[in-house]
Amino acid sequence: MTQSFDHPLEITGTPPPMVSFRNVCKAYGSLVVLDNLNLDINAGEMVSIIGPSGSGKTTVLRMLMTLEQINGGVIYVDGKPLTHMPKHGKLVPANQRHLRQRRVDIGMCFQHFNLFPHMTALENCMEGPVQVLGMRKPEARARCEELLEMVGMIDKKDQHPSRLSGGQQQRVAIARALAMRPKVMLFDEVTSALDPEVIGEVTEVIRKLVSEHNLTMLMVTHQMGFARDISDRVCFFYGGKIEEQGPPSQIFGNPERERTQQFLSAVREAI
Amino acid sequence: MTIVEFLSTYWPRLLTGTGVTIVQFFLAAFLGVAISLVMGLLKLSPNRMLRGFAISYIEFFRGTSLLVQLFWIFYVLPLFGVSIDKFTAGYVAVGMNIGGYGAELVRGGILSVRKGQWEAALAINLSPAKRMWRIILPQALVNMLPAWGNLMIELLKATALVALISVPDLMFEARQINGSTFLSAQVFGTALVIYYLLARFMITPFMRWLERFMARKLGMV
Ligand SMILES: Nc1ncnc2c1ncn2[C@@H]1O[C@H](COP(=O)(O)OP(=O)(O)O)[C@@H](O)[C@H]1O
Ligand SMILES: [Mg+2]
Repeated sequence: MTQSFDHPLEITGTPPPMVSFRNVCKAYGSLVVLDNLNLDINAGEMVSIIGPSGSGKTTVLRMLMTLEQINGGVIYVDGKPLTHMPKHGKLVPANQRHLRQRRVDIGMCFQHFNLFPHMTALENCMEGPVQVLGMRKPEARARCEELLEMVGMIDKKDQHPSRLSGGQQQRVAIARALAMRPKVMLFDEVTSALDPEVIGEVTEVIRKLVSEHNLTMLMVTHQMGFARDISDRVCFFYGGKIEEQGPPSQIFGNPERERTQQFLSAVREAI
Repeated sequence: MTIVEFLSTYWPRLLTGTGVTIVQFFLAAFLGVAISLVMGLLKLSPNRMLRGFAISYIEFFRGTSLLVQLFWIFYVLPLFGVSIDKFTAGYVAVGMNIGGYGAELVRGGILSVRKGQWEAALAINLSPAKRMWRIILPQALVNMLPAWGNLMIELLKATALVALISVPDLMFEARQINGSTFLSAQVFGTALVIYYLLARFMITPFMRWLERFMARKLGMV
């Protein structure tokens, strides 16, 4: 396992990668989930993660969202360490205060939406801007109504999540994450819990984000067609490692690794 | 003496006793809810000292007799220089006792909120206090209200013990009347019915209403 002191205090470069995993390891007890992960994501890039269940895809996103601690290596966001902080010229594991400061750059959407059930769609979106960013309510409302408009949920803004379909809830969840103006957006199988007929309305929103905004995005998905359409790069995960990565045309059209070929043909047969 | 004659003679005393019981109930409930919240949260604290304190509190108040706790607060604390009047000692003892049970309800309610809610609250970078107060507790409250209904009825019944330190509640008045008239069946029969009516027609409907009100207010119906 690589020690954090081998890693630089800051990543220089013009510009530095927006996200950088350096020798990141993650284990649950004796189960090694991610084994020395190295992955750089550039600003504005859309990277899809595909791979079999249990290969560690969700864990990658959860570590970046600081929902999981890492056991080795360092994650950098925008050139500066996220999981660590500099102290006496060395990197030491981040404390809660550092995590809170650095996490503002990251937004995440979950498979099961996780909207706050006791708040309306608009209140869900305003919670972060008002309570975290300290925005005044009229200003936050204007920002959030604009976002709900963008995801096509403005006419349902006063509904509670229990009154919304899965697709609608997920669109509100995307607006809620965007309301914090993150630099990096994470999507973890955001369409997996949806009925087939509403998947399109959520992928449409993500498509719009890719074409109209300069967000850096990391998306775990089982929708190969969608990943092929919108990704700048696709990473195929297998057993806690990146088995193969490249532009979608390569991964889907001409994969080099046998495991990638097997996985993709298994997925195609399933459809 | 028929029950009608009995009631027409003694109703003023029974009524003031019932009034005292109701006041004791509300004060003990207020204190009990506050203690439950604090101890329930402390028991979930990552700090071992705080957690240990909450565990000791809960163990002590649930594991020992309310009557003994009441006597401690009223008779023993003065020996250490802490004198409390009997009225205060009554609801404080009952409230602290109920707080031990309520703390477990609060803890259970908080743990019943799905993990995804914590994660979503962290993902928008809410502070730990706001995560708890604004996201988790409102949902925990809805989940634990039904159990609180039962606890409130237990609390009402527990207040009868304050008669033993001479707080002039319903039970105290009933014992006094019984002592001078020996009309045991009428006296304690009436007391029984009054406690039942308070529980059945005051506490239960209020808690049901509160459950519906909270569920509606939180849009969780
Ligand atoms: N909290 C946890 N405790 C123990 N094992 C876990 C935990 N979370 C995930 N795992 C394990 O880590 C591995 C990777 O999980 P995950 O990242 O969710 O995979 P994927 O998203 O690719 O399906 C799996 O074997 C899973 O069982
Ligand atoms: Mg997953």
